[in-house]
Amino acid sequence: MPSQLVDKYFRTESLPHIWCPGCGNGIVTRSIVKAIDNLGLSQDEVCIVSGIGCSSRASGYLDFNTIHTTHGRALAFATGIKFANPDLHVIVITGDGDCAAIGGNHLIHAARRNIDITAVVFNNNIYGMTGGQYSPTTPTGDKGTTAPYGNIDANFDLCELAKAAGATYVSRATVYGANMIIKQVEDGIKNKGFSFVETISICPTYYGRKNKKGDAVDMMNYLKENAVNKVAYDKLPEEKRKNKIVVGELFKGQKPEYVEQYNKIIESF
Amino acid sequence: MAERTVKLMQGNEACVDGAITAGMRFYAGYPITPSTEIAELSAAKLPRIGGKFLQMEDEIASISAIIGASLTGHKSMTATSGPGFSLKQEGIGYAVISEVPCVIVDVQRGGPSTGLPTSPAQGDIMQARWGTHGDHSIIVLYPSTVREIYDTTIRAFNLAEKYRTPVILLMDEVIAHMREKIEIPNDDEIKIYNRKKPEVNSSEYLPYKVKEGDIVPEMASFGEGYRFHVTGLVHSETGLPTNDHKIAEELTTRLVNKIEDNVDDIVEYEEYRLEDADEVIVAYGATARSAKSAINALREEGIKVGMFKPITIWPMAQKQIEDIAKKVKRISVIEMNMGQYFLEVDRIAGKFTKVDRYGRVNGELITPEEIVSFIKEG
Amino acid sequence: MRRQELRLSGSGGQGLILAGIILAEAALHDGKNVVQSQSYGPEARGGASKAEVIISDDIINYPKVNKCDMLLSLTQKACDKYIDSLKPGGVLILDNTVTEHPNRDDIKIYSIPILETAEDTLNKPMVANIIALGSIYQLTKVVSKESLEKAVLSRVPRGTEELNKKALGEGFKLIKNHKDSSYGEVC
Repeated sequence: MPSQLVDKYFRTESLPHIWCPGCGNGIVTRSIVKAIDNLGLSQDEVCIVSGIGCSSRASGYLDFNTIHTTHGRALAFATGIKFANPDLHVIVITGDGDCAAIGGNHLIHAARRNIDITAVVFNNNIYGMTGGQYSPTTPTGDKGTTAPYGNIDANFDLCELAKAAGATYVSRATVYGANMIIKQVEDGIKNKGFSFVETISICPTYYGRKNKKGDAVDMMNYLKENAVNKVAYDKLPEEKRKNKIVVGELFKGQKPEYVEQYNKIIESF
Repeated sequence: MAERTVKLMQGNEACVDGAITAGMRFYAGYPITPSTEIAELSAAKLPRIGGKFLQMEDEIASISAIIGASLTGHKSMTATSGPGFSLKQEGIGYAVISEVPCVIVDVQRGGPSTGLPTSPAQGDIMQARWGTHGDHSIIVLYPSTVREIYDTTIRAFNLAEKYRTPVILLMDEVIAHMREKIEIPNDDEIKIYNRKKPEVNSSEYLPYKVKEGDIVPEMASFGEGYRFHVTGLVHSETGLPTNDHKIAEELTTRLVNKIEDNVDDIVEYEEYRLEDADEVIVAYGATARSAKSAINALREEGIKVGMFKPITIWPMAQKQIEDIAKKVKRISVIEMNMGQYFLEVDRIAGKFTKVDRYGRVNGELITPEEIVSFIKEG
Repeated sequence: MRRQELRLSGSGGQGLILAGIILAEAALHDGKNVVQSQSYGPEARGGASKAEVIISDDIINYPKVNKCDMLLSLTQKACDKYIDSLKPGGVLILDNTVTEHPNRDDIKIYSIPILETAEDTLNKPMVANIIALGSIYQLTKVVSKESLEKAVLSRVPRGTEELNKKALGEGFKLIKNHKDSSYGEVC
C-alpha cells in the first residue's frame, strides 16, 4: 500500500525518482513532507525551491508550488519569492555543492538578512550528479574523482557558517535519525527568520565507494555510531570528540525578520 | 485631452518611472555604473506604492530574485551594465526556458571586462542577442531619447507579459545620464498588457500547454492554488523534466517561434527623412541622434540621406531593411562598436545594395561631423 | 533661438552639476528644448567636474557639447582643459583665482570673484554655483530671470531660499559692476 504521505504530497507521475539505491535523499525528502504534514500547512501555501544536483531534483517530485532553479541560486530565487509573497512558506532544498560552493554567497547573505526561509541542505559530502567530485564538505584527505590523491581543501562546517552569517535557527541531523530531521524542519519553519537545517546524507555510489566506506548499510551504521547530540557532545572530553557528528538544535537566535522590516517601511508611507 | 506634464528628467529616472507606470512592483539589483540611478530611484519609489526593492549580494542573485518574484505575479525588473550583464546571462536563459516575464536593463559601458565604466559604448548588441547559451530568441529594445526610454520601458514590460519572455532594454550611458525635456504621456495614452491567467481550474491546469489560438501558455502565480513545477530543464506541458527528444525539439522550436512568428508585432522603428533618400544610415540609441544632426546638415547641402532607426533591435526588422536596401544606393551602419549590427544588416541588405560601416570604440559618442564626412567620402 | 551650448567646469563638490540642472530647468520654464549632461570621473569630491547644457528652440539631436558658446571655469585646471572648446566669439567666465588667462584674442573674458563672494560676502562657500548662475544670466540672457529664479528656488534646500536669492543677486552684480569687455581684454 503506498504511503499516505506519497499519495498526498508527491507527484506520483514524476516518479520513480533518479536517486540510487541506498541514497539518503529520499529520507530527507520524506522528512520534509512529514514536517509540513505535522504542521498542517496547506500545499498551496508552501513553496519548495531547489538548486541543481541530486537532492535538488526533489522539488519536481513534490506537489507544492515548486521551482527547480539554477545551480547555487535556490536561495536567491527563494528570497525573491518570499519577499514578493510573504504568505508563502518557502523551503529551500539544496546540496552541499549547490549551497556551499557555487551558492555560498547566497547562503551567507540569506542568513545575514534573516529572511523567513527554511533551507534544508542534503549534505552527502560529494558532487553526486556529476559523478563524484569533491565538494566543500568533503573531509580533508578524502577522495573524489577530482581529488584522486586525497582532498587537500579544508572542509566547511556549514552550521557554523550559517550561524556566523546570522541565521536564527541552526540545526543538524543525520539520515539515520529521520525523526530528528522532521522535528528540525518543523522548528525551522516555525522560526520567523532564516533557518538552516543541515542533514548528513549518504552517497554510497560515489563518496562511499571512492572512500571505501562500505555499502549503504555500513554508512548508515557509521552515522548511527558517530552522531552525538549537542548536549552530550558538550560534555565529552576532547579526545572523544574526534569524528563525531554533532546533531540537534545548535543555535537559536532572535533578530528582526527581513520582510517584516521592509513592510514597516511600506506601512510608514 | 488633459495637458501632459513636462519636466526635465534623467534617462535612468525615465526608465524607473516608465517601469512603475507599466506595473513594476518588484526590483532587485546590484550597484553598477552607469545604471545605479535605476536602483536608487527604485529603492526610493517602490515602497511608497507598496512595491518591493531588494539590493542583492550580486548580479546573478538579482536576476534570480526577480524571476522568483515574477512567479508570484509581480512585474519585476533588474538593471545593470556590461560586466553585470555578462553575469545575468545565466538567469536570462532560465527565464527564456521557464517562460517567466521580466525586464533586464543594460546601460552599456565600454568593455570588455571593467572597461570604461563611465563612458558610452554600444558593445553589447551581440551579447544581448546570444549571451545566454543554447538556441533561443530574444526581444531587445533600444531607446534613443529620454521620452523613448519611458515609452520603451513600458513596452518592454508589455512584451515580456505578452510573450512570457525576458525582455532586454539596452541603453546608452549618454542618454541614461543626461537630463532632457520630457512630456509624460497621460494614462489614457498608455496601453498596459498583463499576463494571461488560467481559466481552467487547478486540476486541469497544464502550466506549459499553449491553448489553441494563444501564443504562450496561461500563467498562474505561486500561491494561487495552481500547484505547478518550474524548471530550467527541458520539460513537457506538465512542467516536469523530460529527456524526450521529440518534446525537446518541440519546446525549443516553440520558444523561438513565439517571437520569430510575431516579428511584425514586436518590431518597432523610426524612419527619418527616408521618403526621397538615395542613401540611408542605420543607427540606434544615442548614435541615431548624431545621425539625425548629420542628416540635417547633409540635406542642407542637397545630399539626400535618410535614417532607419530600429527601436526593437532583436528580432530584426528584416522586411523593412530589405525594402530599403532595394531602393537605395548605399546603407551605412553607424554604431559605437566594431560592426556588431553591421554584419546583420549586411546579411539582409548586402544582396541588394552596398553596405558600409562606421564605428568607434574609444568611449566617445560619434559626432555628426564624423558622420557627415563619412557619408561624403562615399 | 539658435542652439546655445554652455559648459560649466571646475572641481568636484563645487555644485556645478546642480547648477547645470537648474539652468536646464530654467530653460524648460521658458519653453525651450534642453539637454543637460555631465562628465563622470571616479572622484566624488575633488577631481575635474563638468556640466553641460544645450538650449534651443529646435529639437536637440546630438546631445553633447563639442564647441561651446560659453565656458565657466572655477579652477585653473578646468580652464586649461576646456579653453580650446570655446567657440571664437564665445564668452569665458573665470573665477578670479584663475590667474593664468588663456592666450586667445577671439573670446571675451570675464574674471570675477565668484568663490570669494560666496566665502566672504555671503559666508557660504556652497552658494558659489548659484552666484555663477547669476553671472551667466547677466552675461548671456540665455534664460529669463523669472525662470532662473523659479528653477533655483525649486532645487535648493528648504530654508535657504533667501540666501540663494541673494547669491543670484550677487552674481548679477559681479557682471553689472564690470565695464564692457572688448575681445581679448580681461574685464
